[in-house]
Amino acid sequence: MPPPRTRAEEVRLLANLNHNFHQVVPHNRALGLEMLALEDGSARMRLPYSLDLVGNPETGVLHGGPITTLMDSCCGAAVFMKLPSPVPIATLDLRIDYLRPATARQDVLAHAVCFRLTRNVAFVRGVAYHAESGEEDPIAAAAGAFMLATQAKKP
Amino acid sequence: MTLVELIAEAKACGEPERLSQLIPYCRWMGISVKYVAGELLGLLGYSDMLIGNAALPALHGGSLGALLESTAHFQLLWDAETVVLPKTIDITVDYLRSGRPVDSWAKAILTRQGRRVANVRVEAWQEDRARPIAIAHGHFLILPEVTAP
Repeated sequence: MPPPRTRAEEVRLLANLNHNFHQVVPHNRALGLEMLALEDGSARMRLPYSLDLVGNPETGVLHGGPITTLMDSCCGAAVFMKLPSPVPIATLDLRIDYLRPATARQDVLAHAVCFRLTRNVAFVRGVAYHAESGEEDPIAAAAGAFMLATQAKKP
Repeated sequence: MTLVELIAEAKACGEPERLSQLIPYCRWMGISVKYVAGELLGLLGYSDMLIGNAALPALHGGSLGALLESTAHFQLLWDAETVVLPKTIDITVDYLRSGRPVDSWAKAILTRQGRRVANVRVEAWQEDRARPIAIAHGHFLILPEVTAP
């Protein structure tokens, strides 16, 4: 086993990863999505609160769209962390349950776990939550299926 | 004017485009709602920042999800008695084809409207309406009047 990484190495690795991630996924860059941690079969990300992303101008609560993007990205990252070697993946479906209203002016954190990998399909579950109330009291829950080794064909 | 008054005014004037202008996220994304040949359609105007896979290139799943969810909201605001913004209870998006870097359209159908909840189906396509790129179904909370729980 390789020696455990130091905190500084960890931070450098994540900074590098976020840089690449933003190059490959322009929409994540536009939203300011940030990869916080990658573990075996799981991923953690942050969606920073922004007035551009508001769905209700009177309450300041975020639209469902950025939450969908956050959960799609975080679930996809969890699949990558479960794969023995990286292959292209594509979302088959994604269900989002809005469990309670999000709080205005607060960042949204996501945690996704790929709990089953078959030859063709990966199954993922995840939650979106605020740091204040924690992962045990999520604002949204997501469930998705991803197709593995999709052909990167031009349509 | 309050949001409720602005929505009511958009409906009274028969100008659905005003609805999408009220939502900051829709303005930022380039999501609008149009009346085309007698039907209400959602439009996601293409821009580079909507891309989720730069190598293909393909639209982000979240970009299409946002178009589908917004189109459902606009249809509910337009058809239903509700003058408050519908709240999404749940939404499931099926991705059928990769979204190419062009404009995307969507049409929502109210499958059933109850007193508190509406069931809505939405379909998104690009150049060819017969080849949808994503479909969604969801439940939305609609409250005709603001009442105490």
